[in-house]
Amino acid sequence: MVNTPEQLQETASQTAGPYVHIGLAPHAAGFDIFEKNFSNVLAGSGTRGDRIRIEGRVIDGSGTPLRDVLLEMWQANAAGKYRHPADLQDKPLDDTFRGWGRACSDFESGIWFFDTVKPGPVEGRTGRTMAPHVNLWIVARGINLGLNTRMYFSDEAEANAKDPVLNLIEWEVRRSTLIGQREARAGMSVYRFDIHIQGPNETVFFDV
Amino acid sequence: MSEQAAPREFCARNRSAHPPAFAPGYKTTVLRSPRNAPIALLNSLSEITAPVFSSDDLGPLDNDLILNYAHGGLPVGERIIVHGYVRDQFARPVPNALVEVWQANAGGRYRHRNDTYIAPIDPNFGGCGRMLTDRDGHYVFRTVKPGPYPWRNSVDDWRPAHIHYSISGSGWVQRLITQLYFEGDPLISQDAILRTIPDEAAVRQLIARLDRNSGVPLDSLAYRFDIVLRGARATWFESAVQGQPAMQSE
Repeated sequence: MVNTPEQLQETASQTAGPYVHIGLAPHAAGFDIFEKNFSNVLAGSGTRGDRIRIEGRVIDGSGTPLRDVLLEMWQANAAGKYRHPADLQDKPLDDTFRGWGRACSDFESGIWFFDTVKPGPVEGRTGRTMAPHVNLWIVARGINLGLNTRMYFSDEAEANAKDPVLNLIEWEVRRSTLIGQREARAGMSVYRFDIHIQGPNETVFFDV
Repeated sequence: MSEQAAPREFCARNRSAHPPAFAPGYKTTVLRSPRNAPIALLNSLSEITAPVFSSDDLGPLDNDLILNYAHGGLPVGERIIVHGYVRDQFARPVPNALVEVWQANAGGRYRHRNDTYIAPIDPNFGGCGRMLTDRDGHYVFRTVKPGPYPWRNSVDDWRPAHIHYSISGSGWVQRLITQLYFEGDPLISQDAILRTIPDEAAVRQLIARLDRNSGVPLDSLAYRFDIVLRGARATWFESAVQGQPAMQSE
C-alpha cells in the first residue's frame, strides 16, 4: 500500500526509422502533401539580429556521415528571449521569429543546415548567464532515443568560459565538441558543427 | 496563478523505461549509439520552453490520411480511426501538443525515395498526417491500417504493422518519437525494434487497443492510443530565473 496516487510512466521512445521524412519533412521524402511546411529557415526577412548559418554533419562510429538524419533546433532570439510563456525575462520578443526549425541531412553528402539569427545570452537556472547557444535534438534510424545537445559559438570565448552548462562537463577536452566554428563564407557567417555520435571525438550529449 | 507567473520544470526522465542507445539486436544502433554517458543537465529556460504551434501551421485535411493525398480515388486498405489523449505523468492533459504521424500503406510500402519494397505505392495515399491536441489533450486522425513489411536486420525480420508518432509538448525536454502497434498482431513479440525496450509494461503501453465505441458503423473501426509525456511540476527556481541566487549548484 502506498499513500500517493500512482504516477504514469512516460511513453517509451522508439527510433524515428529510415522514413522519418515522410512525417516530418515530406518534401525530403520526395512528395508534396501539406500546404504549409516546417523548414530549416528560422529567420524571416524582418527578423532582428545577425544572420548566420549553422551547418554540419552527424557522423557515426565508423566515421561515416548519416545521410538519413533529422535535426530540430530551438533557440532564443537575438535579445536572448525564448518565444514561450515560461520565459519571464524582461527582454523583447520578435514577432517574426519563432526560434524553431527542422532540417534533414542531404541524402548524398549528409550535410544539414539552419539559416537563422545568432541568439543572445539567456539567464541560466541559478541566475548565471548562459552563453549564446542553440539546442539541438537529433533523430534517425538506429537512434532509439532522440539525442539532445547544444551548440555554442566559437566567437564567444569569454562567455563560453563562464557558461554554467559547459562548466558542468568534467572533462574539459570534451567541451570543445559543443563549439561551432565560425567561418566567413561569401559574406555569410557560417558556424560549422559536426556531431560525432560515437568515436574519439564523441559529442557531449545531455540527459535533460 | 496564471501560467505566465508559474514556470514549470519537468520530472527527470526514467531512462530504464526507454530503449538503450546500444541495442545490438537492432543492428543499426551499434554504430549510432554514444559510448559516453550523457551529462545530466537540470532544466533551465532552454529546456522548459519549446516552440508553440497553432492551427495556422496546419491545413484542414492534415489529420485525414484517407483524403489528404487522394488523387481521384480513395486509398486501399482497412479504414480506421486512431485517437487518444496526450497526458503528462501526473495525468494532466497536454493541450496544443503537435502530433505528427507517418506510416506505410496497406501493403507495407512507404512513399519514400529510399523504400524499394516490392509492394506497390498507393496513388491515393501519402502516409502522413498531423494535428494539435485539444484542451483535453485529445487527438484524432483517420487512415488505413498499415501493412507489415520485411526489413534488413536479421535475414528474415518483419516489422509488425505500426504508425510512427512524433509529439512536441510544451517543453523541449518532452520531445518524443515513438511507434504505435496494433493489439493482436503476432509479429509484435518478434519485433527487433520493439524488443529494444527492456520494460514489459513500457512495451504494452505502445500497443493500441481496439476501441469498439469510437468507430463509425459500416465505415471504420477505431483504435485508442494514449501517450504520456514527462510530467511538469512547479519550479523551485523562479527567483533564479529572474536573476537572484538559488540554492542548487548547477
